[in-house]
Amino acid sequence: MNKILLIIRREYMTRVRKRSFIVMTILGPLLMAAIVIVPVYIATMTNEVKTVSVIDETGFFFRKFKDSESVKFHYLVSDIWSAKSSFTKSGDYALLYIPKTELTLPTSAILYSKSQVNINVKSYIKTVMSRRLEELKLEAKIRDLKLGEDAKLTTDDILRSINASVDINTIKIGNEGKEERSYPEVSMILGMFSGILIYFFIFLFGSQVMRGVIEEKTNRIIEVIVSSVKPFQLMMGKIAGIGMVGLTQFLLWVILTGSIVTIGISSFSLKMKPGTATEQLMQAQTKNMTALQLPNTADSTKITGEQTNEALAAFESIDFFFVIRYFIFYFIFGYLFYAALFAAIGSAVDSEADTQQFMLPITLPLVFAIVMAQYVIQEPNGPWAFWLSMIPFTSPVIMMIRLSFNMGNDFWQIYLSMALLILGFLANTWIASKIYRTGILMYGKKVSYRELWKWLGYRN
Amino acid sequence: MDLFIAKNVTKRFDQHRALDKVSINVPEGSIFGLLGPNGAGKTTFIRIVNRILAPDEGELFFRGKPLSPADIFDIGYLPEERGLYKKMKIGEQAIYLAQLKGLSRHDALKKLNYWFEKFELKGWWNRKVEELSKGMQQKVQFIVTVIHEPKMLIFDEPFSGFDPINVNLLKEEILEFRKRGATIIFSTHNMASVEELCDHIALINNSRKILDGNVWEIKKTYKTNTFEIQFTNFEGDTRSFLPSSFEVLEQKTINEHFITKIRIPADAKPNDLIRELLPHVMIQSINEIIPSMNDIFIRTVTGQNPDTSTSSSEKV
Repeated sequence: MNKILLIIRREYMTRVRKRSFIVMTILGPLLMAAIVIVPVYIATMTNEVKTVSVIDETGFFFRKFKDSESVKFHYLVSDIWSAKSSFTKSGDYALLYIPKTELTLPTSAILYSKSQVNINVKSYIKTVMSRRLEELKLEAKIRDLKLGEDAKLTTDDILRSINASVDINTIKIGNEGKEERSYPEVSMILGMFSGILIYFFIFLFGSQVMRGVIEEKTNRIIEVIVSSVKPFQLMMGKIAGIGMVGLTQFLLWVILTGSIVTIGISSFSLKMKPGTATEQLMQAQTKNMTALQLPNTADSTKITGEQTNEALAAFESIDFFFVIRYFIFYFIFGYLFYAALFAAIGSAVDSEADTQQFMLPITLPLVFAIVMAQYVIQEPNGPWAFWLSMIPFTSPVIMMIRLSFNMGNDFWQIYLSMALLILGFLANTWIASKIYRTGILMYGKKVSYRELWKWLGYRN
Repeated sequence: MDLFIAKNVTKRFDQHRALDKVSINVPEGSIFGLLGPNGAGKTTFIRIVNRILAPDEGELFFRGKPLSPADIFDIGYLPEERGLYKKMKIGEQAIYLAQLKGLSRHDALKKLNYWFEKFELKGWWNRKVEELSKGMQQKVQFIVTVIHEPKMLIFDEPFSGFDPINVNLLKEEILEFRKRGATIIFSTHNMASVEELCDHIALINNSRKILDGNVWEIKKTYKTNTFEIQFTNFEGDTRSFLPSSFEVLEQKTINEHFITKIRIPADAKPNDLIRELLPHVMIQSINEIIPSMNDIFIRTVTGQNPDTSTSSSEKV
């Protein structure tokens, strides 16, 4: 046991101290932060004026949408059908349709667009609508108070009852006028992101395991070491050590990306309207209060604030603790499942150039999982999604995507998938260790699959 | 007393038998040579002794008890295929390898200090292995093999790749370890070093042990009672006065020195030969021809019967 710790320590320390590790740790977050910050920056910086046509069947929102530097609103008085057909031909950015409701206040709207709707525009519309609705509700309450019919109403109750939320469905209109509904973006992004992250992690650190094994073989140090420790200990120590390097890098990325994005966005807001950065953070946290405190602001700074607001609101809709817990599980066990195979391949060859023929069984299922991910997103509870999330070869990627969506009460599926992955890991490690212990002592021999199969029977 | 005993060790890879019922006894305190041509199974056998491979059949005993996992702390192994992590600093690496052999960090440091001093590697502690010359790397490899002062040291082709200076250094150290009570097994086909160092050998050929025992005993059984005699004051043929049971194998004259090789009957003594020669010649020297390990190796491996012919017997 002590020896495994020694091996883990060596594998970990030699890698963490490498220059490439430090460079990757710094560059990674800069890159990721850029991916987050740049679009926000561009979206707000763009000079192009977007025109949004509004069809308001309710009449509640007339003149409520204020033009800003980047967005102009103009109201149409026509029915939605003709507006939609003329929209495709017009140069308008988007078409906002607020359908008439009979009894209640309107709480939903549809936003038609030719391309993905700018999140700023969407959140602005949403803010204006909810604020207007709150006003309407407040008016009604105040009227009630005046009539004195409900004297028990307290201010708190009022605040609570006027809290209005608005759903905006975005619909993309293609050139042929076909409508496609956008998916719940946040789940999709989160699912894809975590799936791809696991995919990369497996490849990146799995091939480090493989390279490490090949290095020991070509260095000819392997026999020195296996005369002191069991090959299995060496293999597991290597896998664990490199896995911990991966986790370290991942954690550093999360922390660094988080701080860069926070600093980046707040300093960038600061530039827009000095002195309001703190205020905006507050807004983000107390979204319900903002409407009352700062009514009718429609400048671009406000939009930036709402952007944070929007993202936060969307993130709040996901049970993060739930997702992260499983993410860590699939992250670790997905890696462990494949790392043993990578180690076995490394042991069977003499140089990295020879690994090609054996990489297929690893590459194929992983690439397949990523390819299938887009279908799984469309149907997160369909049969493909189900089977791919059960098979250990694809489950780390596919299950993460499914988990980001609401899986309902099918917890047994998660547990079954996890159990199968653990079993798969044990089976893989068992097979891999048999190949490994024979392979590491084999030099100058081109190995075939038939050969590997025979190695399973050797007594070591 | 035998430190290490292998009984009927058999190892198969697929259809191929790498070792077929090999039994050896390694006496405590001896230097034991494991000989054999390439591919005979020496390395496989050594790997089994080191518990890197498990035998399919047979038993292994170390200090009278079946070989157990803990025994590897009492074994030091310098493999034929040896190397170090190129990117690691040598000091750190040596500590790591010593710790894997069960030493504490503190003990490892203390012992490494001694060895690095002895092998003049002190200034290289913080250098990466790739910056070292081959000879220095070999010194480091030797140090990490013996650092835990094992009871049994196993060297697989220890001198291959070493320059003559390091070969001597290594030999001295090997003898030094024996003096301190260690038992040494070394596998080689460098017969000169076998002559020089080994007191016991086992010869493996085609997966089988074909010869083993004390080096002197082996030589005694392989010698053919042949003597080389130098003398002067003689012209002609020694066969003219020697009894017919004395077989003259070779005779030649170099600068008035007469040299001849004579095989005497099994029951005859060297003195008998001298007695026969004395009345006719002036003897300058007489030596018994002892077969070299090289001769024995070649003879046994190629399957020639040592009784009917010798590599040095060419009839004139």
